[in-house]
Amino acid sequence: MDFSSLNPVAMIVLLVGAATPILLAALGELVVEKSGVLNLGVEGMMIIGAVTGFIVATETASPYAGMLGSMVGGALVAMIFGFLTQFLRSNQVATGLALTLFGLGLAALLGGDYNGIKPPPTPRLNIEGLSDLPIVGELLFSYDPVIYFSIFLVAAVWYFLNRTRGGLILRACGENHDAAHSLGYNVVMIRFGAIMFGGACAGLGGAYVSLIRVPQWTEGMTAGIGWIALAIVVFASWKPWRAILGAYLFGGITILQLSLQALGISISAAYLSMTPYIVTIVVLVIMSADRKRASLNAPACLGRSFHASN
Amino acid sequence: MSVLLDIQGLSKSYPGVKANDDISFQIQEGEIHALLGENGAGKSTLVKMIYGLVRPDSGAMILNGEKFAPPKPFFARQKGVSMVFQHFSLFEALTVAENITLGMDVAPSRKELSAQIRKVSNEYGLPLDPDRLIGDLSVGERQRVEIIRCLLQNPRLLIMDEPTSVLTPQEVETLFGTLRKLSANGVAILYISHKLDEIKALCDHATVLRMGKVVDTCIPANETARSMAEMMIGGELEMPKPREFNPGEAVLEIKNLSLDSTDPFGTNLKNVSLSLRKGEIMGIGGVAGNGQDELLASLSGERLVDKEMIVLKGAAIGRLGPNERRKLGLLTGPEERLGHAAAPAMSLADNALLTGSIRMGLANKGFLKHRKIDEFAKHIVKEFDVRTPSIKVMAKALSGGNLQKFVIGREVLQSPEVLVVNQPTWGVDAAAAAAIRRAIQELAESGAAVLVVSQDLDELMEMSDTFAVLAEGAMSKPQIAEGLTIDEIGLMMGGQLEGAQHAEA
Repeated sequence: MDFSSLNPVAMIVLLVGAATPILLAALGELVVEKSGVLNLGVEGMMIIGAVTGFIVATETASPYAGMLGSMVGGALVAMIFGFLTQFLRSNQVATGLALTLFGLGLAALLGGDYNGIKPPPTPRLNIEGLSDLPIVGELLFSYDPVIYFSIFLVAAVWYFLNRTRGGLILRACGENHDAAHSLGYNVVMIRFGAIMFGGACAGLGGAYVSLIRVPQWTEGMTAGIGWIALAIVVFASWKPWRAILGAYLFGGITILQLSLQALGISISAAYLSMTPYIVTIVVLVIMSADRKRASLNAPACLGRSFHASN
Repeated sequence: MSVLLDIQGLSKSYPGVKANDDISFQIQEGEIHALLGENGAGKSTLVKMIYGLVRPDSGAMILNGEKFAPPKPFFARQKGVSMVFQHFSLFEALTVAENITLGMDVAPSRKELSAQIRKVSNEYGLPLDPDRLIGDLSVGERQRVEIIRCLLQNPRLLIMDEPTSVLTPQEVETLFGTLRKLSANGVAILYISHKLDEIKALCDHATVLRMGKVVDTCIPANETARSMAEMMIGGELEMPKPREFNPGEAVLEIKNLSLDSTDPFGTNLKNVSLSLRKGEIMGIGGVAGNGQDELLASLSGERLVDKEMIVLKGAAIGRLGPNERRKLGLLTGPEERLGHAAAPAMSLADNALLTGSIRMGLANKGFLKHRKIDEFAKHIVKEFDVRTPSIKVMAKALSGGNLQKFVIGREVLQSPEVLVVNQPTWGVDAAAAAAIRRAIQELAESGAAVLVVSQDLDELMEMSDTFAVLAEGAMSKPQIAEGLTIDEIGLMMGGQLEGAQHAEA
């Protein structure tokens, strides 16, 4: 077997690329869940982001406008979810699942005319001197801007949740919505805002797939990574820094199995493609084995509808 | 002293009830004013109006000479009216300081706030560490958090709704010290409690409500607990008669029961042992969250334990599920009426079936016997005076007291050999509570063994033959209840299980 094709630096670069859409979507969902809402529609919001981002980018010939468009698109479908669950108090699980199906269908409809087109390219970072450094330049200074943004977003979400009053209020709504209400906070609007943020993040994650990672539009191209993002939130026990770890771990396994397939290992490719998902399930089982610890980190009101009453 | 709050003719109606009817009284600056009344007398509605949670239909309030009509609690707090709720509005997974910040309208920086919390809490003898998680605090400490949150906003009037119902006697003393200090500093306190001895010891004035009206006022120091109780109910107080205690042989034995809690803030049971005899009512006291839920779950069969840890009439049942235990004669009544003891959206008849099907033979080979189910449900309703239009009514439509009578009656009427109940009269008015207690006592007289877990010490002292305390998951040695003093019990509840030496049962 020839292992020389496994260039570690190239693999890490690929890994980061594979992990970034998951990381973005997971961060958004993390904030949503911290506010006490379970939105299972991440996959649907991602695919909508992928298609709206793609359309806006090709029409305006600007990848950045496309990314902005994907965030708006993701946030708009999230608004449907928010309206249904927060104002009409529909069941969050059922509504989230419906949102995924709805998003997949709507995206296929919107993207019908955009099959087989190439989107405008997103330039990579190129800093004179730094980006040309051997290995270090490639590992740290040669990514596209969204990757740097995603890392920045991790820090920003952490800072917001743990160091600002707004973040404290958001967490309070997720811990005990009745108490938050009795202290005079508008639980419904806070959750609605969090849901919109989650939609925007998932949308950007989707656009990363269609504009940078693939880059083209095909139906169903997010291929289940929205579900992985949901699992990563649990894996991260609702902590932003651990979401990076989870997303990069998943990205790493994805890249590794692709490389092994390329090497022509004698295991069926189907088994290799399963591994990232199987590993995710195994990790989730290990994480939840200790009931006490699992429920310690979870927002106590996660997935529960809030009824204001006196 | 001058008048702080003048309440003039407040009225509030809900569909079908006049909760408050033309209520008028005054609270002086710096006085501790008691509000007395049975459940449903209108105390909660009244204080909610003062705090801005409910708007009165008519009437007015004058605070400090100014018209006072808070549309929201925020405005009440701005005018110096604060409230400590019976059910705390705290966030378990957040720290003390974070909880306090959330309750303040203008919050200082973290550092400043922590310093303030330390200062104020020490000043009033309620020490608190701002960095601890609420979930790790005892109930008494949680209440301190609520009080400190109010005190940091410099209130003129502090409303306290049943503040002592969850405290140990020693914690009550500490709280009273704090309240007296506050009153000396000119803060008025509106104190709601049904514990008349406490009101006698603490309060300067009392206003008595009955059926939404002010029926009397008094100076508690000049009254007896009995005379105040009679003002509340408007009639003679019926005193329970003492019963004879002749225990038979042991039926339920718990041997070194240990169980890890599944709740991150729960308490693990540590080596709990007891022996319950025929005809015995054993009271288990202790502050909530000291292992009561875990003990109940292990006895009902919701959580399985080692086989030998629970022995019923010589049979090791630790690994049997709830229905198998029911078959053998061990029945349980959990604390939470809606959602645990009864399914809220199901009819009373269906709820009767849920626990009664085994012992009452309500099903045959998987098919329901509807006539028998209805008969059983009607029997419960009749025997326990459950006020309901029919047995087809959903459980959640009943008032707390009526549903509690139903769920306790359902177990009692299955003639259990051992009955375990948790908080049998929690949130139930005095008449219903008395009926439930009487039924439990009659059950014991007929030879069943009863384990009553409760936080209401007065209730336990009234009912129990023997008494033990759960503290931090460990249990004290059961003692004869008669003659135990509140001080001894308080020490036991504080965790000094061996501290109180008394005649052992």
